Amino acid sequence: MDWAELTFSTLFGTLRDVLPIVLVVIVFQFLVLRRSLANPARVLTGFVFVVLGIVLFLIGLETAIFPLGRGMAEQLIAQAIAGVDGQGWLRYGWIYLFAFAIGFSTTMAEPSLIAVAGKAGEISGGSVGVLGLRMAVALGVATGITLGVYRIIYGLPIHWFIIAGYIVVVIQTATAPRKMVPLAYDSGGVTTSTVTVPLVAALGLGLAGAVPGRNPLIDGFGLIAFAAPFAIISVLAYAQLSAYMARKGRTGGSRK
Amino acid sequence: MAFNFQLLPGLPPRPRLRMPSGFRMPPVLRNLVRALGDSIRDLAPIITVIAFFQILVLGQAPDDFLTILAGLLCVAAGLTLFVAGLEMALFPLGESMANGFVRKGSPTALLAFAFALGFGTTVAEPALIAVCAEAAQAAAEAGVIAGDPAAIARYALELRYVVAFAVGTAIVIGVIRILMGWPIHWLIIGGYALVVVMTVFAPREIVSIAYDSGAVTTSTITVPMVTALGVGLASSIRGRNPMLDGFGLIAFASLTPMIFVMGYGMVAN
Repeated sequence: MDWAELTFSTLFGTLRDVLPIVLVVIVFQFLVLRRSLANPARVLTGFVFVVLGIVLFLIGLETAIFPLGRGMAEQLIAQAIAGVDGQGWLRYGWIYLFAFAIGFSTTMAEPSLIAVAGKAGEISGGSVGVLGLRMAVALGVATGITLGVYRIIYGLPIHWFIIAGYIVVVIQTATAPRKMVPLAYDSGGVTTSTVTVPLVAALGLGLAGAVPGRNPLIDGFGLIAFAAPFAIISVLAYAQLSAYMARKGRTGGSRK
Repeated sequence: MAFNFQLLPGLPPRPRLRMPSGFRMPPVLRNLVRALGDSIRDLAPIITVIAFFQILVLGQAPDDFLTILAGLLCVAAGLTLFVAGLEMALFPLGESMANGFVRKGSPTALLAFAFALGFGTTVAEPALIAVCAEAAQAAAEAGVIAGDPAAIARYALELRYVVAFAVGTAIVIGVIRILMGWPIHWLIIGGYALVVVMTVFAPREIVSIAYDSGAVTTSTITVPMVTALGVGLASSIRGRNPMLDGFGLIAFASLTPMIFVMGYGMVAN
């Protein structure tokens, strides 16, 4: 696809995405609340920035990152199936590492997560570290995607992993600092979006199509579903660890 | 209910950008420069990962280096503009509207807004339209619905409305939770327990679609808007804590589509 066509289709798609929000905001702001905007020029500029930003972001992903990522996933899978790197666990070693690295790095670049983490840092007055939170989410997604790849390779049923994940979430919820619980639940939903989904879906479908005995329709999906519970677990663990460190720091004792 | 914007927890002070004396950047430009630095930091991991696997593991340099460089610049510039736009438009707008609803004192108007925001942003979501079309195709192949194009299109459309209705309902439930101050974990854990129970009884073809529909509903523009609504409500209502009560709307929006889609599958059979 050439640049002009890509630019046009991305711009059109993004505008179609923004339109419902703009309509809802206009109807409720001016007809229901009957208030004028506090700073219309600034809000309008901001909206233009958001739309332009998403368009540029998507064009860049489509030209630079997605083709490379998809190509790499294909090549790594082909190498593993051919058994270049040995047999057994080692055979899929690079794929596990790739799944972990792609899960982590795409989550760090996810715009929705940047937005939510930034808001959380602002609201908590700095006690929630924005970068720490995002790294916790990214580690959770990386772990989830890696386990999901393991599941596809060995053909294990998806729901046992997901149910086990949520059981851990329930146990952590009972013990984690209460203020972090809603934020942790939210981070499960925002992890998988613009950057992560296309790359991870390519990896899952490619793997399910190549590993003997797997069906892309049954085994290829569900990598994304793995990301959410593990992101929640990871953020709750981060909160528990921070609380533990703070407690230890306050009492002044250090474990020998 | 009187409300003073001064009471909102403000941004922590940021280090001032050092500039040669006599030069004053306009605030918009200053924000952009700061955001660009952050964007480059945010993109560093993905660039490192791709370079590592491309060069060290697969042993090849990418074919068209210039195109890739141009693409990466687009990604960095896009992320920068998006983050700057968030701070200028989506966050302040969402919070000021939340505050406006609290001052108006009409829960009905607030709940209508919550539903419209959830439903409106989901029903036109391209990712959702794609998933629904695939699901309808799969359902026809599995013999759940008739195989003619009209029946497939109708099933896809119904599924789309079910998911959009689920997200609208999610935001409404989430807003009611903020108004009443209910703790989130009982609702969410109860919801996931329901998902587990329904997984056992729902037709198998619909389960994976249901799980995926939870993930495709929250787009890049919806998330900041919904977050700002929740945080704005929790900061405007006396006795609510923005951290404890403001977050959680997104969690509901990724939970309810699973329940509604599986329910739809059970009813449609």
